[in-house]
Amino acid sequence: MLRYILQKLALIVPTVIGITIAAFAFIRLLPGDPILAMAGQHGITPERYEILKEQFGFNLPIWQQYFNYVGGVLHGDFGISVATKRPVLTEFLTLFPATVELALVAMIIAVALGIPAGIFAAVKRGSWFDQITMGVALTGYSMPIFWWGLLLIIFFSGYLGWTPVSGRIALNFFLKPITGFMTIDSLLYGNWPAFVSSLRYLILPSIALATIPLAVIARQTRSAMLEVLGEEYVRTARAKGLSPRRVVGLHAFRNALIPVVTTIGLQVGTLMAGAILTETIFSWPGIGKWMIDSISKRDYVVVQSGLLLIALIVMAVNLIVDVLYAVINPRIRVQ
Amino acid sequence: MTDSRTIVTRRPPSALGEFWHYFAMNKGAVVGLVVFVLLVVVALFAPWIAPYSPDQQFRDSLLTPPVWEAGGKAAFLLGTDPVGRDMLSRLIHGSRYSLFIGLVVVVLSLFSGIILGALAGYFRGWVDALIMRVMDIILAFPSLLLALVLVSILGPGLFNAMLAIAVVLQPHFARLTRAAVMAEKSREYVTSAKVAGAGHIRLMLVTILPNCVGPLIVQATLSFSNAILEAAALGFLGLGAQPPTPEWGTMLATAREFILRAPWVVTFPGLAILITVLAINLVGDGLRDALDPKLKRS
Repeated sequence: MLRYILQKLALIVPTVIGITIAAFAFIRLLPGDPILAMAGQHGITPERYEILKEQFGFNLPIWQQYFNYVGGVLHGDFGISVATKRPVLTEFLTLFPATVELALVAMIIAVALGIPAGIFAAVKRGSWFDQITMGVALTGYSMPIFWWGLLLIIFFSGYLGWTPVSGRIALNFFLKPITGFMTIDSLLYGNWPAFVSSLRYLILPSIALATIPLAVIARQTRSAMLEVLGEEYVRTARAKGLSPRRVVGLHAFRNALIPVVTTIGLQVGTLMAGAILTETIFSWPGIGKWMIDSISKRDYVVVQSGLLLIALIVMAVNLIVDVLYAVINPRIRVQ
Repeated sequence: MTDSRTIVTRRPPSALGEFWHYFAMNKGAVVGLVVFVLLVVVALFAPWIAPYSPDQQFRDSLLTPPVWEAGGKAAFLLGTDPVGRDMLSRLIHGSRYSLFIGLVVVVLSLFSGIILGALAGYFRGWVDALIMRVMDIILAFPSLLLALVLVSILGPGLFNAMLAIAVVLQPHFARLTRAAVMAEKSREYVTSAKVAGAGHIRLMLVTILPNCVGPLIVQATLSFSNAILEAAALGFLGLGAQPPTPEWGTMLATAREFILRAPWVVTFPGLAILITVLAINLVGDGLRDALDPKLKRS
């Protein structure tokens, strides 16, 4: 097992180096002088220009600039935000829990609804339930989620008035973060009204973010189940007289789970891309909104490091999924 | 008697006929195809179908609701936007942008992906390693994020958005082509073509490539709908097509502040995106059923 993990790690090393090169190149590929580009229309004083030039090390040879950059990253130095003058890593770490909270709840919704829906659709293949579920799933998969989020706001916040329009918790609550997860923190403080408030703020964005993963998981579960249900060992299990529930739940689902787990892992990238749109629509203070705001503020130091951090996290999660995959499917380890 | 004779003389179905047979078994795919063809017709004849020019402002009819709501006017079936432009006319013209974006992105990413994938799969070695590592790097970033960053390098605008999306979608084509070329390369028909004196280019493009077309078509369909969605998302974030272009995502961005006052300015552009993308994905599902030999029953 350890050998398998090390092998996987060795395989992603070139990609990780490539990601650092891409992030490093980003600022240098901006048209014109990158410092002036970041300063925008307001211009910049010559002193500040020199400070920034020194900070980025733009007067050094390019390869040295790269090694300095990677060296800094390895020491946790991701640069200083031009807009807020705070270290990028500090900002990232304060905002990241908000995105994780949103993404986790979205993933829980997607898995909790998608897997049962996919199993039932496969077992009742061709039934009206199957057809409706798959129709809904394809619609969800085709959904422009930035529009879907706006529709949810129009209906639930505007028309029914059930949920707030945007934000993370009502303004009258102020909780000093412990875990950074608003729902968990409010429970840790024993502040029940704050917990209810945070849930009300969380529900719409997580539904919007869950939509595409939910559709993908339901479709994937169905097709994996259909494949497995046609296998001989399932027929044997049926012939032995096992109850349909046991056949589907024990024999079929376990084996269908393998491709489904991979699909779930691959959704992490989708969730990150979805978070950019969802957080923008619901003013959710996470890293997706942070990236968009930084792009529009031309705070390219943040964009550069945000790009690097997000790609590294997605890679790390995919690596974990690969390892999990080997745990549930011993055949992978041997190959 | 006559029956048995007709069976004997019946010719095997043509490749196209067989394809259509499997495609038409999927009712959803046929519906999707019909909707898609209608959209193409609307896009082609937009100036003649649309009641008004997409930029014409009716200053006396700002934010008119759709005709079936109180205060709606028959002159503006789907209502007007905050500066009094006819929603229906803008949506009809918007179909041109969406289909154009899909087409350009698919052509760009398909061609570059096929070339890179064929080179990697055919030559292997360091060419393969180099090309595929670059593809891995592109795929390591969430697609929308990478497209956003590319657009912020290239500058906002419709053309740059298309370019960025093509770069992001291209690795899928390269991977598919590479895998197919590697699988086909050791087959006997390729060896015999090589013995007959075919050069590298001929082997790659004429001998091998036509046998990899199925999965590429399916991927192209998926990329078509993905491109439309991502371009709309970029437009929505203000980095794609710029106002007053009647691109659907851009229309949504400018309508955002009116969501609670005038829901129709938000509802219709998104609905147009959804219908277009759904139709194309339905066609994609049908194509996969028809072209994937594993799923064929006969």
